[in-house]
Order: sequence, then structure tokens, then C-alpha cells
Amino acid sequence: MDNKKDVKGFLEFVYEFYKSMKAHEITLVYEGEITHQITKAFTSLTESNMAKDDEPGTVQRKVFHVMVECLQNISKHADDFTSSDFLFSGRGIFLVSKGENEYSVTTGNAVDNDRIEELTKMLESINRMDKEELKDLYKKQMKEGRLSEKGGAGLGFIDIKRKTGRDLEYHFLPISDDTSFFLLTSTIGREE
Amino acid sequence: METIKIQGTEDTPKVILDKEKEVMEISGRSLPEDVASFYDPILTWLDEYASAPNKKTVFNFKLVYFNTASSKLLLDILMKLEEIHEAGNDVLIRWHYPEDDEDMEEAGEEYADIVDVPFEQVPYSN
Repeated sequence: MDNKKDVKGFLEFVYEFYKSMKAHEITLVYEGEITHQITKAFTSLTESNMAKDDEPGTVQRKVFHVMVECLQNISKHADDFTSSDFLFSGRGIFLVSKGENEYSVTTGNAVDNDRIEELTKMLESINRMDKEELKDLYKKQMKEGRLSEKGGAGLGFIDIKRKTGRDLEYHFLPISDDTSFFLLTSTIGREE
Repeated sequence: METIKIQGTEDTPKVILDKEKEVMEISGRSLPEDVASFYDPILTWLDEYASAPNKKTVFNFKLVYFNTASSKLLLDILMKLEEIHEAGNDVLIRWHYPEDDEDMEEAGEEYADIVDVPFEQVPYSN
């Protein structure tokens, strides 16, 4: 009896969840470990959906770029996280939503609090830059930067801002005394 | 000299490096899981090629997509070609891009700014 009630409650939750996804125009949501296989699967799924919707080539390419950089950010950085909290370690959330005028790509993953300052500084300085400054920074970083052990070139955020032409919106929400949840959302206009 | 031939996949580019036939090209998509290990053999090949290059070296890039990590490795390739050019050899980079892809065109312009090698932009229609 109790079990039946639980199942019903759960199914009602699923319906609420579905409605809420629709309300926020979410077309793809994933929680878990982000691997290269996942990156390939999501980008090709979104790509074929955009092709089906006759989205202009420029928009398709930009969404693809942003998705790859966001997913690779998580796959390369989520396990830098040192806490053993099973809920968060090495995992992340990934969402794509499609509105009338724009696509949004949102990622969330846990970070150690001591990385917040560095991330904020980096994101703020990228947000302040204009097109030319971003271009120069990208070139400089490409020339002088080194590939990290995990193959990151430190270019992802710069590239996202350049491709979308919009600020990187981000937010840190506290998980515990040492850790926070880092959310980042990038929007790509659907107008060419 | 050994020839490198790599079939393209959905996340790695097609690569042909053939000294004898004078064909050098990288085309397709580049977002390998491990960029360094994908591009390593290519850079090693170029090092060897640099010791005894052909009279004229034409290197074709015809990429439709590359991620930021690949962009760094592409610059490494271009810098090797720049060295070959600096050593007094004839080198030409041909950067092919879809005519409606401004970002890919701009990426070519940026590389051309960074390296000092004859650089040709080649638009093509899809």
C-alpha cells in the first residue's frame, strides 16, 4: 500500500518535472559524469535537431561550439573537486534550452571554494573585454599557454564569449563550508 | 619518409602527410578526446620533414570545426611550417573555409597574423 503511494508520488513528480522542463523550454537535460562519449552524443543529437528545425548554419555552428566547450570544461575540471561528497564529485548537470529568440547552454558542477575567486576574476575580466581585446587575449593564450595535463588550453571561456558575443552569466551557490555549486549559462541568439 | 594517413571520424580530422606525392592536409572536424596524443605523431612527422623538406611545401587546412584545445595544436603545426619557411624553403599555407563561415575565415586570419608564412585564404561553397 505504502509502496503504491510512493510510486504514485514519484510519477506525479515526474509529470511536474516534465511540465517544468516545458515551461523553461528545456530540450536536453543530463546529470552525471560527463565523458567524451556523452559530449559526442549530445552534440550530435542537438545538431540533428537544429538541422531538422532548419536553424541557420551560423546558429548551428555557434551552439555546437558552445556545447563542446562547456561539456569539455566539465569533463576536464569536475574531478578537480576534492570533496568525497558522492552527490557532487566528478559529476555535473548539463542543460540546453531553446527559446523563441535564443538557445541557452547551462552547466553546473561543484567546485572547491578556494577556486571561486580565480574563476570570478577570469569570468569578469572576459566579460569586460570587447571584441578586439578578446581576440588579442585568445591569440596570446594560444601562443603562450600550455596544454594542461587533461588537455585544456585555457581558451574555452574566451571562445564562448567570442562566439556568442554575450556575457558569460554565472552564479555560485553554497553546498557546504568548503564547496559551492558553479553554474554557468551561455546564450546564443537565433537571429543571424 | 613514412606517409601518415588517418581517416576522419566525427571527432577527429582526416590527415594526409605524404612527402613523395607532395600532399599535406588536415580536414574535417577536430575535437579529439586527447588532443595532445592525436597531434603528436603529426608534429613528430613535421620535425622529420623539416630536416629535408620538398622544394615547395603546400599545406592545406580544410576544417569545418575545431575546438579550443585543437586550436592550440594547429598553431603548433603552423609554427613548425614557419620554421621550415624561415630556413629558406618555399612554404604556402592554404586555409580553406566554407564561404558562409565567418568564424572559420577569421580563425584563418588570426593564424596568418601570428605566423610569418605565406598564407592563402580559400573560400569554398558547401
